[in-house]
Amino acid sequence: MKDLIEVRWHGRGGQGAKTAAQFLAEAALDTGKYIQAFPEYGPERSGAPIRTYTRISEKPINLHCSIANPEYVVVIDPTLVTPKVVEGLTDKGVLLVNTNEPIESVRKKTGFQGGKVACVDATKISLDTLGRPMPNMPMLGALLKVAPLVKLDVLYEKIRAKFLKKIGDEKTNANIAGVKRAYEEVNIG
Amino acid sequence: MSKLRALTGDQAAAEAMRQIEPDVVAAYPITPQTEIVMNFAQFVADGRVQTEMIPVESEHSAMSACVGAAASGARTMTATSANGLALMWEIVYIAASTRLPIVMPVVNRALSGPINIHCDHSDTMGARDSGWLQIYCENNQEVYDNVIMAVRIAEHKDILLPVMVCQDGFITSHALEGIKIYDDKQVKDFISEYKLQHSLLDIEHPVTYGPLDLQNFYFEHKRQQAEGMKNALTAMPEVFSEFKQQFGTKYDFIDTYKLNDADIAIVALSSTAGTARVVVDQLRAKGKKVGLLRPRVFRPFPKEKIIQALKNLKAVAIMDRSDSFSGQGGPLFAEFRSALLDEPRRPLTVNYIYGLGGRDIDTEQIKSVYADLEKIAKERQVKELVNYLGVR
Repeated sequence: MKDLIEVRWHGRGGQGAKTAAQFLAEAALDTGKYIQAFPEYGPERSGAPIRTYTRISEKPINLHCSIANPEYVVVIDPTLVTPKVVEGLTDKGVLLVNTNEPIESVRKKTGFQGGKVACVDATKISLDTLGRPMPNMPMLGALLKVAPLVKLDVLYEKIRAKFLKKIGDEKTNANIAGVKRAYEEVNIG
Repeated sequence: MSKLRALTGDQAAAEAMRQIEPDVVAAYPITPQTEIVMNFAQFVADGRVQTEMIPVESEHSAMSACVGAAASGARTMTATSANGLALMWEIVYIAASTRLPIVMPVVNRALSGPINIHCDHSDTMGARDSGWLQIYCENNQEVYDNVIMAVRIAEHKDILLPVMVCQDGFITSHALEGIKIYDDKQVKDFISEYKLQHSLLDIEHPVTYGPLDLQNFYFEHKRQQAEGMKNALTAMPEVFSEFKQQFGTKYDFIDTYKLNDADIAIVALSSTAGTARVVVDQLRAKGKKVGLLRPRVFRPFPKEKIIQALKNLKAVAIMDRSDSFSGQGGPLFAEFRSALLDEPRRPLTVNYIYGLGGRDIDTEQIKSVYADLEKIAKERQVKELVNYLGVR
């Protein structure tokens, strides 16, 4: 693994992009990594496009600016798939999108020809497992398939630690099921 | 013993406050400080602290309640940002002149207008002459450590002045980082019991706080206040070394990075210094002799340390995240330039105002400052004294 891995998340206010960025960071912290997770707030409005960021490193992280050249871009909302989301994405980078469309369509819409594109229908998965459109946790599962940043088990533990008290056994397990399904179903090309 | 936890800068401040367990907290929530008050109020509601929490109706009332509580001998804290600090302004000065050791985390945010909730230092820089000590934090660990140390610094018998612990709004206040959290008992032992020498409630030894103070004594009281600030330069290192003994981290008034053999350097407060450190490493790898100085403490102004650290350099860029509208640079620049003025050998200085209203400051912008410095050092001339970095 590179010394510093940077992930940029694109979502809409209320879709859990901030939580996803934080869970990834916290899971990595549990495995001894240095971490940072931070949102880029504009006016805080539900439904407004937002960016959040995760940094994971083998060394202490001094950077305190936003992430311009991420290794991974995760798009949680299908309507945000435009060339804007791949700005600065490195040629060897990975673009992961929540969509029911094929990889070719995402490449066309974003103009991203390098690296890899990964697609997963995280909204459908969350509707199936959780009963509501909350694609953030499935997107984390899919991300761990394309980016071995932490082991799935570590993420499951983090989800249990964070959710169990707050939302109970059933919903926690539904979230974990969503992570697992997205990990298995994500298409990479 | 300590344990590693993922906390935002706001959560780190609230966690320190939980462990300090002040007698009184009077606070009003304001973005981006809100999560400090929110988290601390939760600790109170859950019975995890015995603090008397006063949910006031404004910041003016918050600081007023703090003044009353502190004068009675209560260990007292509050927290604020930007317009909240502006609203408590009148009482901010009174807290300092009354020599009340109140500790206040301030989450730096642009002072309106136009209204903006993001980071710059215009709020606390405006309060630089209020008589409060000011400590600036680079990251969340420092927020936590500094809030703990601030209690001891404010209450030090030779200082007895209130302390602001400043961190960058959103950039650290809302960023999650892994930080070392010490045992509750360790923190309690470090801050120890607090006893005010002259309590308003000590009816056996009655005292007066805040009376009319005219031509006869006002000047003497202000002179003593200046002495308290000066004393902080010698008293704060006692707290720094005790903190190191207890918790292992050594803090100082300034933090320098690769300055010893540097020709040129940047001076920057808080989180920007972290980003600049990365640039220093990148430029050092190319053989460039660059360095960095981060003032951790702005009040008192650690003049001697700064002179010693910078006097042999060729050129220094002082970065200000606020403008003073003096037409000759920001507040940090004015003080650095003034401090260096009497040195027979001193670097050329140049000012960069940047990041107002939360404008991102990235490695490319900082690289451009070092490039400018190289030119200045070579030509031995500053063509533009005050520069606006990253403005369209």
